[in-house]
Amino acid sequence: MARETEDPGMAKASKVKRQRKKKTKENKTRTVHANLLYDNAKGEENPNRHYANNKIKTTKYTVLSFLPKNLFEQFHRFANVYFVFIALLNFVPVVNAFQPELALAPVVFILSVTAIKDLWEDYRRHRSDKEINHMDCLVYSRAERSYVEKYWKEVRVGDFIRLRCNEILPADVLLLSSSDPDRLCHIETATLDGETNLKQRQVVRSFFDLDCDFDPIKYNSIIECEKPNNDLNRFRGYIIHRSGRRDALYKENLLLRGCTIRNTEEAVGIVIYAGHETKAMLNNNGPRYKRSKLERQMNVDVFWCVIILLVMCLFAAVGHGLWMFQYGDKRPVFDVLSPDGTDLSPIMSAIYLFLTMIIVFQVLIPISLFVSIEIVKICQVYFIHQDMELYDEETDSHLQCRALNITEDLGQMQYIFSDKTGTLTENKMVFRRCTVAGVEYSHDANARRLAMYQEMDSEEEECTSHGGTLPRRDSVTSHQTPWSVRLTFTHFSYSVLSADKPSSDLQEKDITPDPQLLDKVNECSSQMDFMRFHSQPMSQLPSDLADVIDFFIALTICNTVVVSSPNQPRQKVQLTSTKSIQSNHLQVNKGSSSSLITNRSSNKGCSSMLSSPSAESTLTKLDEEQPPRDLEHNFGPVLPCYDGKAWNLEEGELRYEAESPDEAALVYAARAYKCSLVGRLPDQVTMELPHLGKLNFELLHTLGFDSTRKRMSVVVRHPLTDQITVYTKGADSVIMDLIKPPDTGSSKGKRQKKIVNRTQNYLNLYAADGLRTLCIAKKIMSKEQYACWLQHHLEAETAIQGREELLFESALRLETNLQLLGATGIEDRLQDGVPETIASLRKAGLQIWVLTGDKQETAVNIAYACKLLDPEEEILTLNEACALFNFTTFEIYPSSSPSSSSSSHTPPFMVHRLGLVIDGRTLAYALDKSLEDKFLAVARSCRSVLCCRSTPLQKSMVVKLVRNKLKVMTLAIGDGANDVSMIQVADVGVGISGQEGMQAVMASDFALPRFRYLQKLLLVHGHWCYSRLANMILYFFYKNAMFVALIFWYQFYCGFSGSAMIDQWYLIFFNLMFSAFPQLITGTLDKDVSAETLQQLPQLYVNGQNSEEYKPYMFWMNMIDAFYQSLVCFFIPYFAYADSDVDLFTWGTPFTTLALFTILVHLGIETKTWTWMNWLSIAFSIALFFTVALCYNASCPTCYSPSNPYWTMQRLLQDPLFYLLCVITPVAALLPRYFYRACQGTLFPSPVQVGRQLDKLPAETCRNILSLSRVKVGSPLSPKPPFLSLAKPSPKGCNIKDQRSFPSSRASIV
Amino acid sequence: GEINKTDQHQYYNEWIFGLEKGSKRIAAMMATSYNAKEEDGHHSGASSHGAAGVVKSKKPDNTAFKQQRLPAWQPILTAGTVLPAFFVIGLIFIPIGIGLYVSSNNIKEFEIDYTGVDISNPCYSCAKNFSWNSTTPCVCSMNFTLEQPFESNVFMYYGLSNFYQNHRRYVKSRDDSQLNGDQSALKNPSKECEPYRTSDGLPIAPCGAIANSLFNDTLELYHIDSNNTRNTIPLVKKGIAWWTDKHVKFRNPGENLTAAFQGTNKPVNWRKPVYELDPSDPDNNGFINEDFIVWMRTAALPTFRKLYRIIQKKSNTTPTLPSGKYVLEITYNYPVLSFDGRKRMILSTISWMGGKNPFLGIAYITVGSICFFLGVVLLIIHHKYDTRSNSADIPN
Repeated sequence: MARETEDPGMAKASKVKRQRKKKTKENKTRTVHANLLYDNAKGEENPNRHYANNKIKTTKYTVLSFLPKNLFEQFHRFANVYFVFIALLNFVPVVNAFQPELALAPVVFILSVTAIKDLWEDYRRHRSDKEINHMDCLVYSRAERSYVEKYWKEVRVGDFIRLRCNEILPADVLLLSSSDPDRLCHIETATLDGETNLKQRQVVRSFFDLDCDFDPIKYNSIIECEKPNNDLNRFRGYIIHRSGRRDALYKENLLLRGCTIRNTEEAVGIVIYAGHETKAMLNNNGPRYKRSKLERQMNVDVFWCVIILLVMCLFAAVGHGLWMFQYGDKRPVFDVLSPDGTDLSPIMSAIYLFLTMIIVFQVLIPISLFVSIEIVKICQVYFIHQDMELYDEETDSHLQCRALNITEDLGQMQYIFSDKTGTLTENKMVFRRCTVAGVEYSHDANARRLAMYQEMDSEEEECTSHGGTLPRRDSVTSHQTPWSVRLTFTHFSYSVLSADKPSSDLQEKDITPDPQLLDKVNECSSQMDFMRFHSQPMSQLPSDLADVIDFFIALTICNTVVVSSPNQPRQKVQLTSTKSIQSNHLQVNKGSSSSLITNRSSNKGCSSMLSSPSAESTLTKLDEEQPPRDLEHNFGPVLPCYDGKAWNLEEGELRYEAESPDEAALVYAARAYKCSLVGRLPDQVTMELPHLGKLNFELLHTLGFDSTRKRMSVVVRHPLTDQITVYTKGADSVIMDLIKPPDTGSSKGKRQKKIVNRTQNYLNLYAADGLRTLCIAKKIMSKEQYACWLQHHLEAETAIQGREELLFESALRLETNLQLLGATGIEDRLQDGVPETIASLRKAGLQIWVLTGDKQETAVNIAYACKLLDPEEEILTLNEACALFNFTTFEIYPSSSPSSSSSSHTPPFMVHRLGLVIDGRTLAYALDKSLEDKFLAVARSCRSVLCCRSTPLQKSMVVKLVRNKLKVMTLAIGDGANDVSMIQVADVGVGISGQEGMQAVMASDFALPRFRYLQKLLLVHGHWCYSRLANMILYFFYKNAMFVALIFWYQFYCGFSGSAMIDQWYLIFFNLMFSAFPQLITGTLDKDVSAETLQQLPQLYVNGQNSEEYKPYMFWMNMIDAFYQSLVCFFIPYFAYADSDVDLFTWGTPFTTLALFTILVHLGIETKTWTWMNWLSIAFSIALFFTVALCYNASCPTCYSPSNPYWTMQRLLQDPLFYLLCVITPVAALLPRYFYRACQGTLFPSPVQVGRQLDKLPAETCRNILSLSRVKVGSPLSPKPPFLSLAKPSPKGCNIKDQRSFPSSRASIV
Repeated sequence: GEINKTDQHQYYNEWIFGLEKGSKRIAAMMATSYNAKEEDGHHSGASSHGAAGVVKSKKPDNTAFKQQRLPAWQPILTAGTVLPAFFVIGLIFIPIGIGLYVSSNNIKEFEIDYTGVDISNPCYSCAKNFSWNSTTPCVCSMNFTLEQPFESNVFMYYGLSNFYQNHRRYVKSRDDSQLNGDQSALKNPSKECEPYRTSDGLPIAPCGAIANSLFNDTLELYHIDSNNTRNTIPLVKKGIAWWTDKHVKFRNPGENLTAAFQGTNKPVNWRKPVYELDPSDPDNNGFINEDFIVWMRTAALPTFRKLYRIIQKKSNTTPTLPSGKYVLEITYNYPVLSFDGRKRMILSTISWMGGKNPFLGIAYITVGSICFFLGVVLLIIHHKYDTRSNSADIPN
C-alpha cells in the first residue's frame, strides 16, 4: 500500500501530472491479455511482450563477461584492492622491491581461486537452469487447437497451460478451470515455504460456473494485477470481462511456480508472472550477512596493523634520509644512482623508500587471514552440521547453520530471548479440560489416562521409537516410503516427535470424554433428533443443552481444518529426494493465514482473512428468496466427495490437517464426543452428530485467525435452525471483551452473567495449571444484519487503499455482542530437557528472558515448570493493573525503600533472587523512551524476566533495547512467525524447526530441531568456535608481525635501503604456503576442553562472554612477543655470522627457516590437543618448505634476480652452523612464552585450564568432583574468586552479572 | 583499514553451502517432479514397509573425525609438566655450547687494518692521495708479527667495514644472464644495471654497480725469516669461489675472450677489461675470475670479509705460517675513506663450524643456563603450589 501512496510526481503541473499518472499507473499494475488473441500479430503488438519470459537464468556471467565482471566484483573488496595496489606499485621502477611479476603472484592466486570457485558455481547454476528450462509442460496452441508440450522456457505470460496431477507449476498461474467438481485445485507448497499440508486454490469466480470445459479460444478477458513482488501470501488484482464486469482476484486464485498440483486431475490457468518475475524466484535471496563480534574486534586490530605498518615505513624512510644525508656530497660507490643517472636527494629517496617499504612490509596485513578465517568457519560449520548430538532422529533433521559467518558469536552470548510456545514447549496440544455454559468438566479420566500413558512410557523407554512408530506407519498409509510416512504422520497428529513417548499421539487423539458431558451431548442430540422429527423449533431446547451442542459445533467447524482419509490418495506425498527433505520435513505451519511476517507492512490488518467462497456469490445466494429448506435435504448424503467416494469411512480413519496444532486438538476432542468433522469444502462443512447423523453447514464466511485479532470466526447457516450463526473462537482476553454485556434484567441475562463469571474463574484456574485457554462464543444474526455486514465487508474487500484496515474493522463489526459458550483448556507439553537446558545455560552466565504472547498465568506456570522461575524466587509482577504505579515506583524500588505499595507481590527487599513478570501493555509503557532505562535497570537486577502477552513487535523491541542499551550479545530463539522479528533483530537468531512452519527458520541464523540442542550448540560449539577462531586470529597477527619485524631489524644494517635478506619468494609464499596449514588445522580442530566437560561445567562459557580469548591487550601482548621473538631470531644469526664472508641470501635463507620453526613451535605451545592431523600438518609445512627451497635453489642459475639463490639451500644444509642455529633460535625465542604458560598453568590457571585438567582425570573421579556442586576448582592462589561459585564477578566489565548476583549493589542502579 | 568483508563472506559462504542452498529450491522442484513421474509409472510398486534402509537418513556418521573425537595428546602446560623440558634443554645446550666455544677458541685468527686513517699507518699517504681516477698504483707495506704459528690451511681475507654491499639498489645492479655468458645480454645488458649499463655508447661488461665497485687492491704476503730475508708466501687463488658459481652461474661468452668481449666496454672504475683481470692465469679471466665471483656474491652486512687467497699447508711437520715477522705488501687501489670505510687483511684458520666466532658457543651456554635456572624456578613453583593446589582444589 505504500506503493500507491508514494507518488513523487503528484506535485507537478497538471499536464505533467497526467502523463506521470499514466506512467505510474503502468508502473503499478500489470495487464495480462491472452496470448492467443495476438498469435498472428507480430511480437511488437503483443501487450505481454514486455514481461519476462519463463526462461530462468540464475547465472551471473557469460563466457565473455566472466573475466571483467568477476574481477570487478572482487575489487569491491577493499583488501583485494589494497593488495593489487601493492602489486602494481612494484611495477614502478624507483620503488619496486620485488620482481614485479612475482609480487603479483599472491594476489593473482587469491583472485583466481575465487574466480575458479565462482566459475564452477556459475557452471552448476547454468546446468541446473538448463535442466529446469527444458522441463515440459502443456501449453495451448492456437494452431493445433489443443495443448502441446513445450519447454518451460518457452512459456510466456498470457499462455494457457494445462496442469496435471503431480506436475510442478512452471510459472505463476491464475487458475481458470479445474477438473475438480468444486472448482478447486490442491497444491503442495513444500518447496516454497516448507509447509506440507495441502492448500486449496480456487478457480477465478467468473469461471466457476462454466459447465463445459474451459476453452481458451473463448477467453477474452483482461487481467489487471500487481507488479511482480515477492510476497507469497498476497495477490491482488481483478479480471475485466468483455462485458465490462470486474471480478476481484485473490491469492486463492493464484498457483505459484514451484508448487505441485495434488489431488486434482487437471487444471487450466493463464500465466501471470513468468520466469524471474514469479514469486518463487523473487523470494530466492542469498544468504544473510552478519558480522560477528570477534570480527569487529579483529578489524580494529587490522587497523592497528596498518598503523604499525605505516610507522615502520615512516621510520625506515626517515632513517634512509638521514643515512643518505650523512654522506653529504661524497657519494659512496654502493649508493647507486637512480637509473637515469641523476642524483637523488635524501628527501626524494626517503619518499621513494617509504613506498618501497610498504611493499616489503605488506605481509603485516595478511592477505591470507581473510581467506583462512573463511576456511576455518566453513569447517566449523561442517562440524556443527555433523554433530550427532544435534541430530534429531524423529524428524531426521540436523541443526542447520544458515548464517555461516557468525559461528564464533555462539560462544559469546549473554542474553537469550526465548519464545515459549513451540520453543520451550512441544506445541503439541492435548485437550485437557473444558467448561461449557459455566459448568466445568474436568476430564479426570483423561488426566488419569495421561498419567497412565506416562507410566507406560517410562516402562517402555528401553524400546525406543522404532518399535513405537512402525506399526502406526502401516496403519497410516501403504504407498508411501517411510520418510514421507513419518512426515505425513507427524503432520496429522502433531505427535511423533519425541522418541521416548511412543504413545504421545494417542494422547492427543484419543480423548476419554468426560462422562457427564458425554451424557449431555447424547441427551441433547437425541432431543434435537426428536424435535427435528416432530418439526419443533429448535429454540425450545433447554439453553444449557443448546449451549453444549453449540459448543461442540463451534469446536468442530470453527477452524480451517481439512479432512482427509488415509484410504484415499488425497495426501499423495511422494518421497522427494534427499535434497528436498530439508525443506519438507518441517511440519505444519500456521499456513496461509499467518501472513504477519511476510507481509509486515500489514500486520495490523487482516490480510489473510479467507473469503471463501467469494462473498459476492454468497450475497446473491442470500438475496434469493429461498423457500425454507426441507430439513431432510440437509441430511442426505449430498456431499460431493473426493474421487467420487462417499464419506462412508469409519470416523477413526479420518485425519485432520490443521494449520495450528490446537485447532486439531479441538477437533479431535469434539470427535471424542461423537461430534466429528467429516468434510470441508469452501462453502460447506459437514459434521456428524450422534443421533442426528450428518449435518451440512453452509459456510458463508470465514474470518481467518490472525495474531492481531487473536480469534477466528466462521459464519454459517445452521442447518437445523436455518439461522445465520457466527461461531468465534479465540484468546480469552479478546473474546471476553467482545461478549455481549448481559442484560441483568432478564433471567437469561442473569444466567449469562453467571456463565461469564464462572467461565472467567475456570479460565484463571486453567491458566494456573499452565493450560492454554480458548474461549468459544457464538452469535446469531438476522439475515438483514448479515446482508448489511456483508455489504460493507465486500466493499472492504474490493477496496484498493487501506484494504487491510477496512477488513480489520469489518471483522470487528462481525465479532461483537457474542454469546459465551464455554472455554477449553489445552495442554502444551514442555519439550524434553528444557528445564535442564535452562539450568545449565543459566549456570553458563546467560540471562534468559522469555517473551511470549501467552497470558500471564500460563506463562508463569510454564516458567515454573521449566525452572525459569524458582519457587524460592520473589516475583515482581508488572501488569496492567499496577502498570502506572509501578513505573513511578521504579525509581523507589532500586533504592531499596520498603515501599510495598509498588506491587502486590513485592514484599520487603530481603530476597536475593528476583523474577520479573511483565505483560504486554505494561511492556508498552516500559519500552517508552523515558522509561526504558529504568525498566532495564529493574530487569537487570532480576534473575529471570518473563514478558507475557507481547506482540511480535514488542518482542523485537525488547531485544533491540537490551542489545543496544546494555551492549550485550543477544540470542533470540523462536519457532513461529511471531518470533521472526526478534530473531532478525538479535545478534544470533535461532529458529526451532518445529510445528509452526518455516518462517522462523527462514529468518534465523541457526535452525535447531529441539530447544535442548541449544545447550550443546552454545556451550560446546560456541565455545570451541570462539576460542579456536580467537586464537587463530591472534596467532595470525603474531605470525605476520614476527616475520615482518625480521626485515625491519635488518634495515638498521642496510642503510634503511629497503633491502630484504629473505628471498622474495620466501617472503611472498611464507604466508601463503609454508605456514598456512598448521594454523588452519589448529583453528579447526583444537579443543581446549572436551565437550563433556564443557557441558558439565557450563561456567566455562563465561570465558567467551567476557571475550577472554581475545582482548585488546592480547593483541598488543602478541605484538610485543612477536617483536621479542623477531629480535631473537634476527640477532642470533646476526652475531653468529658477524664479520664473516657470508653473502646476503645465504645469510637470509636461515631466517626463513628459523622463523618457520619458531612460529610452528609457537603454534605448538598454543595448541591444546594434538591429533595426528596436527603432527601431519606441521611435518608437511616443514617438508614443503625444504622441498620448495631445494627445488627453487636448484632450478635456475641466472633467474630470480636479484637474489639468485642458486645452490644456497644445498650449501646451507651442509653447514653445521645452520643446524645449530635452527636449534637454539626457536628455543631462545619461545623461552619466555613457554615459561609464562607454565607459570600461568600453575599459579593462576584459567577456568578453561581447570576444565582441561578435569578432562584428564579418570571418569570416576571427575564425576565425583562435579557432583559436589559448589566445588572450588580455582586455585587458592588465583587472584580471582574461584570460578565455580555462582557469584563469580567477571574481572572486567559485565557489571550485569555483578548486579544480578549481588543484590546489595542494586542500590546503585538508578 | 576497515576491510570490506561483506562480499568476501558471501563468496565463501556460497562457495561451500550457498550454492547448494541457492539451488535448493530448484533442486527440490526437480526432485519432486522426477519422483512424481516415477510414482505415476508404477504406482503400487513403491512400498513403504521395510524400506527404511533405502531412505538415506541424514544422521551424521559416527566417526571420530566428524564427531571431533580424534585421539589426541593433550598436554597441559603447568610447572610440573614443563620443568623436565627445561632441564633437558639446559643439559643438552650447555655441553654443546662449551664444545662450540672451545672449537671456536682453537681457531687462530689475525687481523690487520691497512686503511691508513692514522698518519702512523704506512698506507696513510696512499689513502690520502688516492681516488678512483688515479692511474699510478700506490704501494705500501705493513709489518706484523704472528705470535703463534698457524697450523692448518690458512685463509686470507680482505675485510671491509661500513661498506653497504647490501644496499637495495646496489644488490639489484647486476645482470646474471650477462655473467652467465649470454650473448644477447652481453650486448644488451639488463635495465637493472643502470646507470652502469653503457658507457660511450657501448654496453658495459660486466655491467652494474657491483661489478663497477670491484675490490682491486692487491695483497702480497712475505715471511721474514731469521735472516731478515723476505720469502714470498705462495697464495692460491683457485677455489676461493663457490664451485657452483665458478662452473654454473658464471660463464664466459666465448673461448677467445678478447673476441668475445669485442664491442663491450669495461666498467667505469676499472683499469683493465674483464678479460685481463688475471694476467698470470688465462683460465681465471673474464667472468669466471674468482676474485670477481667472490665480489659479486654481495655481503649480508656492512662489515664483512671476503676470501682472498688460500695458503695451503705444505707438510705435516711445519706449520703453514710459523710464528714470526711478516710483511703485507698492498697495492692500494681501493678508496674507502670517502664513506668512512675500513680495509683489513685477515688471516684465519678454519674449523668445522667456519671461522672464529665464539658467539654461538656463548649463546648456547647462556640459553642452556637460563633454561636450567628457569627449570629450578619451576621446580620451586611446582613444589610450592602445584601439588598443593591439586589436592586442595579437587577434594575427594
